[in-house]
Amino acid sequence: MNFKSTIGFEVHFELKTKSKIFSPSPVTYGAKPNTATNVIDWAMPGVLPYVNKNVYRLGIMVALATHAHILPNTHFDRKNYYYPDSPKAYQITQFFQPLARDGYVDIEVHGKKKRIGIHEMHIEEDAGKNAHGTNGYSYVDLNRQGVPLIEVVSEPDITDPDEGYAYLEKLRKVVQFTGASDVKMEEGSMRVDTNISIRPAGQKKLGTKVEMKNLNSFEHVRKSLAYEEKRQQQVLLSGGRVQSSTRRFDEASGKTVLERVKEGDADYRYFPEPDLAPYHISQDWVDKIAKEMPTSAEDRYDEYVNKFGLKPYDANVLLQTKESSDFFDKAVAAGADPRLAANWMNTQVNGYLNDNRVSLSDIKLTPEHLAAMIKLIKDGTISSKIAKKVFAETITKGTDPKKYVEDKGMVQLSDTSVLQPMVTKVVDANPQSVEDFKNGKDRAIGYLVGQIMKQTRGKANPKVVNKLLNQELQSR
Amino acid sequence: MNYLNENIDSLNKKLANGSLSADKLTKDTVANIKDENKKLNAWITVADDAKPAENLDFSKNKLAGIPIGIKDNITTKGVKTTAASHMLYNYVPVFDATVISKLKKAQATFVGKTNMDEFAMGSSTEHSYYGPTHNPWNLDKVPGGSSGGSAAAVASGQVVAALGSDTGGSIRQPAAFNGIFGIKPTYGRVSRWGLIAFSSSLDQIGVLTKRAKDSAEILNVIAGSDDRDSTVSEKEVPDFTSFIGQGVKGLRIGVPKEYMSDAVDEKVRAAVQKQIDFLKANGAIINKVSLPLTKYVVPTYYIIASSEASSNLQRYDGIRYGYRAKDTKSLVDVYVKSRSEGFGPEVKRRIMLGSFALSAGSYDKFFKQAAKVRTLICNEFDKIFADNDIIVGPTTTTPAFDIGSEISDPIKMYNNDILTISANLAGIPAASVPAGLADGMPVGFQIMAKRFDEGNIFRVADFIERNNKFYEKTPSGMED
Repeated sequence: MNFKSTIGFEVHFELKTKSKIFSPSPVTYGAKPNTATNVIDWAMPGVLPYVNKNVYRLGIMVALATHAHILPNTHFDRKNYYYPDSPKAYQITQFFQPLARDGYVDIEVHGKKKRIGIHEMHIEEDAGKNAHGTNGYSYVDLNRQGVPLIEVVSEPDITDPDEGYAYLEKLRKVVQFTGASDVKMEEGSMRVDTNISIRPAGQKKLGTKVEMKNLNSFEHVRKSLAYEEKRQQQVLLSGGRVQSSTRRFDEASGKTVLERVKEGDADYRYFPEPDLAPYHISQDWVDKIAKEMPTSAEDRYDEYVNKFGLKPYDANVLLQTKESSDFFDKAVAAGADPRLAANWMNTQVNGYLNDNRVSLSDIKLTPEHLAAMIKLIKDGTISSKIAKKVFAETITKGTDPKKYVEDKGMVQLSDTSVLQPMVTKVVDANPQSVEDFKNGKDRAIGYLVGQIMKQTRGKANPKVVNKLLNQELQSR
Repeated sequence: MNYLNENIDSLNKKLANGSLSADKLTKDTVANIKDENKKLNAWITVADDAKPAENLDFSKNKLAGIPIGIKDNITTKGVKTTAASHMLYNYVPVFDATVISKLKKAQATFVGKTNMDEFAMGSSTEHSYYGPTHNPWNLDKVPGGSSGGSAAAVASGQVVAALGSDTGGSIRQPAAFNGIFGIKPTYGRVSRWGLIAFSSSLDQIGVLTKRAKDSAEILNVIAGSDDRDSTVSEKEVPDFTSFIGQGVKGLRIGVPKEYMSDAVDEKVRAAVQKQIDFLKANGAIINKVSLPLTKYVVPTYYIIASSEASSNLQRYDGIRYGYRAKDTKSLVDVYVKSRSEGFGPEVKRRIMLGSFALSAGSYDKFFKQAAKVRTLICNEFDKIFADNDIIVGPTTTTPAFDIGSEISDPIKMYNNDILTISANLAGIPAASVPAGLADGMPVGFQIMAKRFDEGNIFRVADFIERNNKFYEKTPSGMED
């Protein structure tokens, strides 16, 4: 019997604001527990939420980037439930009407293109975190309470785990390039819940959904979905029934493990949030945001390949993160040759980042310095060999390449009036080389270049030296 | 000493000319409150250490050095704020409500926190963890509620003014029962930041005073936009005292027949009719109007208010502040025991009612229906206000009832609010001004106006009180 899978995703992104969605507390990561909180986060009696308008702005960016339809009359609702990490005992979310709906992203799996629908996306607040001590006490940290989130809910268009993986990659990239979120799974700024149901081929009615929450990498998503497909098939083939349940992925065994069976839907007693006035999003504002939005990864790819002439592979490497693409764009804007800049970014810069396990924001190299160095190479001021020394200096110490080259006397020797007498002298001193050159042994010239490089301590411009030596040898 | 014959203007004059010092005024006020509290129990917390603000400027600030009572559901930094609940018996806020910050800036003196129904849920101030407040006109009667402490404190001359809150009549009904003026401003006129929420879409802070002008003075200070409350209007706040003394000539007044029906006590109706006749005799145009949805306002209100309350009160979970039950064994145990022991019966009743109205399967039948009826009620008022400047009638169907007479009959108690609830549902301003006595107990005359038109309320209330001079009366319960 053949089965068809239906996979859905609920992906939460933290929206990158300075302060929280309903309070002026700063948004932090890794701060001391409860230091980034105030009376609103603590749900003290008498406090009221008020909306950080920047959350709408970032949410609108995500909606625009996923081609979703924005619903201009927004309001918030309350989702009621008790838990110590939720001080009000309700979450302010958008239940009755989302921020936007009917969006999509395009994916490509095994060379096949597919459009994955986005059902809706809504803005909400994050909860705090509970920690369980070994002393019998549990602890609540409310630093995360009120961090703004956007939840993106997919349409049930995804039919296999590879498509699911591609969807997540694409969604992450699309959101990342808006700059609205850091999209870091390891820091929780992107969180993935997935669900899967299977049904016999030909059957219209969807099967029973199984959910998996808070998977910590795309690879785990793929593995857990693949495992679930097989597990559910076996259940059905053996005459069983799939239970509506939440399961967890066990990394060690590569299996999913039952966490809890769902008995009816939880009753969250949703109702419109009376503490917040409805808010109208004007088309003018949406247009303004659209204009100010950073260029998408797709448009950047187009520019890199078709305008700058980069190889598709190099373009894709640069576009792996918005950070590296931004860095490259800034270097080009500062006058760097795009192809040289891409080459340096993808080999030397990435190599350095990988070796030192750091990211672009951690290092001292600036796009302007990279551009300056590339200009020095391009106009022949330094050789690519010298450039490597300059690069090492700049990336570790943040030294201005131009100044460094000048201070250290690393400027390449290209002046023929200086080099010609040296060439004459070297050829005079090596008659055997003249003989070899005449006999067609090109190796001879290499030896002579080496001699001049030695005399100039590597500063002579190899191109110029080669040219002068050729002329000299031919004239003998 | 008490201030039965004083008002903000008279005190301000004495303070300014030096015949009364702010220190003495504060000390005497606190001493009198402590004395009266034995009889009336109008206060939960008395500020023993109360002192006037520094560098009092009597010409700039009318309220400078004048003692004011604050209902105990308005948060005051460093001063215990209980909402009359065991749940918050030990809660000391770390911040001031916006109205408190504004009154501090205006150099008012804080002398304590007044008694109320627990979390403002009630119409008699009997639902207080700290015991009932007694009506200064007759100690066996309730002072109304939920702002019963504020009303009794003002009526008995302990303070010239007190803040209250009104969700379904909680300022106007006690004002009526105590023979004083009380105003619930337009929803969105005064910031709710720091008001312990009962029902967010209905709650509004207001003022209780003997004289309408005194409420205008205080509303001048506390009204206006606030970044911390997005439901507050940005509308400019007029000088409300400018409406005092304007007279009522040409004012169009609607009298809903539902407000003057047989369901209203005959003597109450007579006292109200007397005021209407007086207004007519002085040039007001009286129109008979109808508010047919009045019969639905009580159920509509109790569904909406209880639903919001059930959610608003979830934060009292015993985890971060307030009462936490002892000997708990699990998280659920902490929740269940703390809330069972921390809340009184009326609060629990409303939490259950509201939780039910919002639950899956009930939401469409109850909450959503109530929200729709609310819209219809708003429309009904808008229609009348197209041809009328104000709407008047009685504030309550009866004068104050006996303590203990209704507490075991919630439906009867809820029906007390039938004439006051509509103003909250419609978000319009409304006030109660004394109309006279019925069987020795005060009767309230209710004045409702268009949204943000408190001015016409002050205009009419002032005109009535100048005529009947009810403020000159001493509450009968104070004579022994």
